[in-house]
Amino acid sequence: MDRFFYLTFDGLSRGAVYAAFALALVLIWRAARIVNFAQGAMAVAAVYVAYSVTGATGSYWLGFAAALVFGLLLGIAVEKAVMRFVDHSSPLNGVVVALGLVLITQGVLGMVYGNEYRPVTTPFRRDAFDVGGIALLSRYDVFVFAAVGAVVVALTLLFTRTAAGLRMRAAAFAPDVSRLLGVPVGGMLTLGWALAAAVGSLAGMLVVPTELGLHPTAMDVVFVSAFTAAVVGGLDSPIGAVTGGLIVGLLLSYVSGYLGATVAPMAVLLLLVVVLLGRPGGLFSSSKARLA
Amino acid sequence: MAVNPDEPYRKQSGLLEVEDLTAGYGAAPVLHDVRFTVRPGQIVAVLGANGAGKTTLLRALSGLVEADHGRIVFDGEDLRDVKVEQMVRRGIAHVPEGRGVVTELTVDENLRLGGLWRRDRADAARALDEVYDLFPALAQRRASAGHQLSGGERQMLALGRALIGRPRLLLLDEPSLGLAPRITAQILALLRELRDRTGLAVLLVEQNVRSALSVADEGIVLSLGRVVTRNSAADLRDDADLRHAYLGF
Amino acid sequence: MTDVREKRATEAVQSKAFKRKKTPHPIWYAVAGAVLVAALTHYLPPFRNYQLATVGAYFTVTAGLTVLTGLNGQLSLGHGALMATGAYTFALAQNRWLALPLSFAAALLVTTLAGVVIGLAAARLRGPYLAGLTLAVAVVVPSVTSTFDDTFNSDMGLSIALDPPPGAVAMEQWQAWLCWTGALITALLLAVLVRGRFGRDLRAVRDDETAARLAGVHVARTQVLAFVVSAACAGLSGALFAVLAQSVSPGAFPLTLSLFLVMAIVIGGLGRLAGALCGAVLLVALPALAQTAGERSGSQRLEGNLALVIFGVVLVVVMLAAPGGLASLRLSTIFRRKR
Repeated sequence: MDRFFYLTFDGLSRGAVYAAFALALVLIWRAARIVNFAQGAMAVAAVYVAYSVTGATGSYWLGFAAALVFGLLLGIAVEKAVMRFVDHSSPLNGVVVALGLVLITQGVLGMVYGNEYRPVTTPFRRDAFDVGGIALLSRYDVFVFAAVGAVVVALTLLFTRTAAGLRMRAAAFAPDVSRLLGVPVGGMLTLGWALAAAVGSLAGMLVVPTELGLHPTAMDVVFVSAFTAAVVGGLDSPIGAVTGGLIVGLLLSYVSGYLGATVAPMAVLLLLVVVLLGRPGGLFSSSKARLA
Repeated sequence: MAVNPDEPYRKQSGLLEVEDLTAGYGAAPVLHDVRFTVRPGQIVAVLGANGAGKTTLLRALSGLVEADHGRIVFDGEDLRDVKVEQMVRRGIAHVPEGRGVVTELTVDENLRLGGLWRRDRADAARALDEVYDLFPALAQRRASAGHQLSGGERQMLALGRALIGRPRLLLLDEPSLGLAPRITAQILALLRELRDRTGLAVLLVEQNVRSALSVADEGIVLSLGRVVTRNSAADLRDDADLRHAYLGF
Repeated sequence: MTDVREKRATEAVQSKAFKRKKTPHPIWYAVAGAVLVAALTHYLPPFRNYQLATVGAYFTVTAGLTVLTGLNGQLSLGHGALMATGAYTFALAQNRWLALPLSFAAALLVTTLAGVVIGLAAARLRGPYLAGLTLAVAVVVPSVTSTFDDTFNSDMGLSIALDPPPGAVAMEQWQAWLCWTGALITALLLAVLVRGRFGRDLRAVRDDETAARLAGVHVARTQVLAFVVSAACAGLSGALFAVLAQSVSPGAFPLTLSLFLVMAIVIGGLGRLAGALCGAVLLVALPALAQTAGERSGSQRLEGNLALVIFGVVLVVVMLAAPGGLASLRLSTIFRRKR
């Protein structure tokens, strides 16, 4: 039973990260109808920036801030320099361009930092402390929950309580009408990419220390899990993304805990297949076909 | 407000002066050399059969369709250099085909969206209250999502949202579409009332020629993208040949 | 059917490649290719022969993928994983029975079955969902080798027992013959296939599913069939790569490989076998050039990564400038403009 509790908390902690990453995917999907397959590579780039800044200054938090700012700027750059010019007549075009960005990012990172795994520091200890004799969660897990919780609350407030949030939603749902009402739709799109890339960078910062370490391809598997989380929740729904993230995290934790770590990726693939074929609109939607 | 038919149109000083406008999608223009004037406080009906270019005309005026050549002068400024996002700041409100209610947003959010661009926050808030006074039905449904509204409520919402910007020119595309005649009549009557009270000018695209001419001061008839007639609403109503040829009643 | 095909202007351009009257039957291309390869292998040094063989192995998979993505509009990021499936099947069969034809057949059979499974799922998915699912396949499948490490020997992979080539043929020459036999047969079969009714169905489904359905095309069956055909090509290609490396390991089939394959067919021009060939050549030539450049500069980090960056930049630029791929900027049109 102790083990079950431990795995549950571990799964929720992983799930929180997937939730944040899935949120980033949903943000861009809602704004631009593009699944940003470059999200993982962009997040890794931000983590490398943090690695350099932390290495130079000795401060984890300076690196943390640098990663978020870099992510924000990278999102703006990618939208303004590349994605804006993609021909959207076929949904494949956006995907292929994003894949091109993956190759570029991974190549550049490999050139600058090399292709070996690099250890990264954490601001808090990762060994679990006991609660009533049961090792439940670590200080780092608490940090993860707090960071992801803060992002979720901030995004909720942004979208429901602020003028910018209202503009972003309107621009996403009805671009032409929004322009007639004076909303700078292009700017809202850029803002969406910036926010999403910053949230993705945060997720990268949180997840890399719990995996093998920093590597240009470090987020490939995480991307698959987060994509699955976003699909489980229905790509359109931020709440769905958070729920989907937690579901995927728990699944991964239980499967690795009880069946072995090497089976976990297959469990995610299985979940993805089942959801895509069984509940095409995600677990929380009523739409029928997965037509993008 | 009646037009003197003897007076050449292009010499009248207008709020909106359209000269030789040619516009359309891609290579083939939909509109050819369209020319007309809307003066402050005037309601001008744009009439014509399906495919005559009525909607394209409104979209060209607000910049959603690019003009190939010609001039669109609003208050002395050529609108062709103005971005779509800026039109509302110039005092032009466009209620597009199908009303443009953002169905995923609530009534209140839709209305607030109409005033977000305004610097004068206090007046935007006042305008919001005025719209709720004008359409009590909307006030009762503030928190309802756009997709839950009836056709009439959507039209009120679209119109109300346009009014929050306190426009000087309203481009209104087919307000009667899908509405009961009684509601259409209410909305058209409201246009006259607004015009009388605020001096609002309206360019009204309508399939329903009779209702349109009942509120308009003047009408222009489009056929295959060209203006075939411009005249006072009263004269258009009485011109039997024209009615048969282009307006179908 | 004609209505559907006339729906898009691009269609006219692309259907030219498969028009019946103007172009000679594909078999002549295959024969010419075989003669050319035989001659080349006779003169080329061993290393060049090995590169030639690699082009053949790549062409086998890019040809199938270009039919799937270019003609049928399904984007698969999982073909690297299908290649791994073919390679491992080949290795296991070869090490057990030591019979080359049997091992190839086994590889084809198993990947075809895998193609049926993924294809059935794929036929219900569109655009980014299909890409995401196949991406997951590409990322997850290599981990299978660790789960069943008794069979697949984890990250270390398997080495393959190959009989020595017949007679006085050098190993690299033998490999080139094998790879190009596979590639040319694949290309020939695909070319014949897409010239006929199946090709029309593929394009009709890509352009407008509803219209295709109204015209009597069985949409789902066409999509599954396209996936199965391209999966079989990937399986054969994987087996050929196993022959080339004389070993298999999960590291040989990373996600990057799948992305490279997409890049190859996009740059080559979606939907043309000639484009698939160009892409296959690029897949061999560009990394080789990048490696040379890396060695010259003396930087190890540059070697592998320069190719990635070049591929990525070319991919993005081509997609922004000409989404139809380089082949959509056809030489003939350029010449015509000059005239």
